[in-house]
Amino acid sequence: MDKFTTLTGVAAPMPLVNIDTDMIIPKQFLKTIQRTGLGKNLFDEMRYDDAGHEIPDFVLNQPAYRNAQILIAGDNFGCGSSREHAPWALADFGIKAIISTSYADIFYNNCFKNGMLPIVLPQAQVDILMEDARKGENARIAIDLEAQTVTSADGQVFTFELDPFKKHCLLNGLDDIGLTLEKAASIDAFEALATQARPWV
Amino acid sequence: MPKTLYDKIWDAHVVHEDADGTCLLYIDRHLVHEVTSPQAFEGLRLTGRKVRAPEKTIAVPDHNVPTTPDREQGIENPESRIQVDALDRNAREFGVNYYPVNDVRQGIVHIVGPEQGWTLPGMTVVCGDSHTATHGAFGALAHGIGTSEVEHVLATQTLIQQKSKNMKVEITGSLRPGVTAKDITLSVIGATGTAGGTGHVIEYCGQAIEELSMEGRMTVCNMAIEGGARAGLIAPDEKTFAYVKGRPHAPKAAQWDAALAWWKTLKSDEGAHWDKVITLRGEDIAPVVTWGTSPEDVLPITGEVPDPASFSGGKVEAARRALDYMGLTPGQKLTDIEIDTVFIGSCTNGRIEDLRAAAEVVKGQKIKVKRAMVVPGSGLVRAQAEEEGLAQIFIDAGFEWRLAGCSMCLAMNPDQLSPGERCAATSNRNFEGRQGRGGRTHLMSPAMAAAAALTGRLTDIREMMATPA
Repeated sequence: MDKFTTLTGVAAPMPLVNIDTDMIIPKQFLKTIQRTGLGKNLFDEMRYDDAGHEIPDFVLNQPAYRNAQILIAGDNFGCGSSREHAPWALADFGIKAIISTSYADIFYNNCFKNGMLPIVLPQAQVDILMEDARKGENARIAIDLEAQTVTSADGQVFTFELDPFKKHCLLNGLDDIGLTLEKAASIDAFEALATQARPWV
Repeated sequence: MPKTLYDKIWDAHVVHEDADGTCLLYIDRHLVHEVTSPQAFEGLRLTGRKVRAPEKTIAVPDHNVPTTPDREQGIENPESRIQVDALDRNAREFGVNYYPVNDVRQGIVHIVGPEQGWTLPGMTVVCGDSHTATHGAFGALAHGIGTSEVEHVLATQTLIQQKSKNMKVEITGSLRPGVTAKDITLSVIGATGTAGGTGHVIEYCGQAIEELSMEGRMTVCNMAIEGGARAGLIAPDEKTFAYVKGRPHAPKAAQWDAALAWWKTLKSDEGAHWDKVITLRGEDIAPVVTWGTSPEDVLPITGEVPDPASFSGGKVEAARRALDYMGLTPGQKLTDIEIDTVFIGSCTNGRIEDLRAAAEVVKGQKIKVKRAMVVPGSGLVRAQAEEEGLAQIFIDAGFEWRLAGCSMCLAMNPDQLSPGERCAATSNRNFEGRQGRGGRTHLMSPAMAAAAALTGRLTDIREMMATPA
């Protein structure tokens, strides 16, 4: 997994609340057996018309945001299905961090497995960053994971909370499975006890 | 210290706890379907890892499978076929329990698990599918995971987890006639919003929950995810034990007695701590429908389409966008909304009780919509419905009688809405494009969907009940 340390870049504004995983990557693209190549279908039904042409008004179709690495999003981003295709599509497009007031639980966890940082900030701070994002390439937002800060275009520094384990894995690009397998002896021991206590499982 | 049901199940499954509270949680049952698992199995192959507990892993194809009678001849869509074939290959290669597409026990993974007795009280159950919350109806801690976590569970039989907070949703009193489990779960989401449960595990309790059948309880827990919760739970009771007993993978003989003794302790203690409590009166819950593109957009069927300006914050724009997408006008009576299509099925409402409720409404009558379909949740539900004569009632009324699968709930198979087509659906999500690009979804109970099929518009089931036969 890619490491995440710092990031400075253009942010795309998506103020709509409850952006769900069906919007992020519609189900017709879930038929893949790969993790890659979903970026072109990110937000497909918002981004392209019925004939497959780009809808110019859609934020990621605007010249300023074609290479955006950050999304500033409305409340409860990523709600709905557990599909990891949603963070895969965002990552494949080039998005490395998302900033919102809240996320759906499964989506939030899925991001970290893909080297992507979802940041939670209070509404007032998200509003300031949303305004920055609306300025396109004229307003770059900086993220420092080690320091747990987001710096707005005019230098305001906002601190965010993050679970230390998730931070550690992201900073070092660590593979969860490898880490857990180091605890194989604990799993063996648990299984032995659990089999005695609940043999029907 | 008094514990909640969630606390008890959690504590019984902690393999290891780090100083920062990060836990390794043991997983008792891992359900697998074809859409969220191919990359996980491929990951195992690339790293030379095995499935740690194939006997606790259950695979069934459901999302992509056609539900038309010709499916024995194979899946026409090449991408769907590749995914279903990949599951078949992975299930056999890694030696997990498996119900292939033409097995009578095949069906939606969340219907098959309980039906086969894989899901038992006090277990931890995961699946690469958000509606895994369904299994919480048995007092099992059950939730959806992403594909990376599917791979993690396959390889280690554990998940790295932070404990959620405890939320109690109490439904007091009894439901009124015409009101169902679906109306409870939608009304709760309407009251709390789609992020109301975020960071929490919900325990549903109260008289109205106790009075529900196991099927109804599964409907309630199924949509805990739509309220943002990690999982939904209902304490197991005599109904739960009666449902489980005798199922193929339920414990037998002395093990049954031992299991039962433990299961009876699985309830929240008096004085347990709740981080959040919501109480609704069962008597106040009406038959509801959704009007928008989020499951929180819920109103009693007697209501009117709301004015976006009546909301606040980001919801104003979201509601405006929803009404535009849904082709509705503020002030329009919900019962004036005309329906093209009716879909009865899904992991929310594809069980036998749901089909009985719908059949009771349509019996001896004809549909007035362009198309209506019943998609049983499993091959066994389908067989039972045929035996009970329900299938014939649906067919006589003009419904299509389908094979089991997820079908039009998410429209990954050929069962899809066309742009602008309006559907009364018993499924769980009314998101833009969910049932097909441009398709318009109204969520409701099976009885309400059946009523809409007969009248061609959203209909208050209570009016039909009042009409003498």
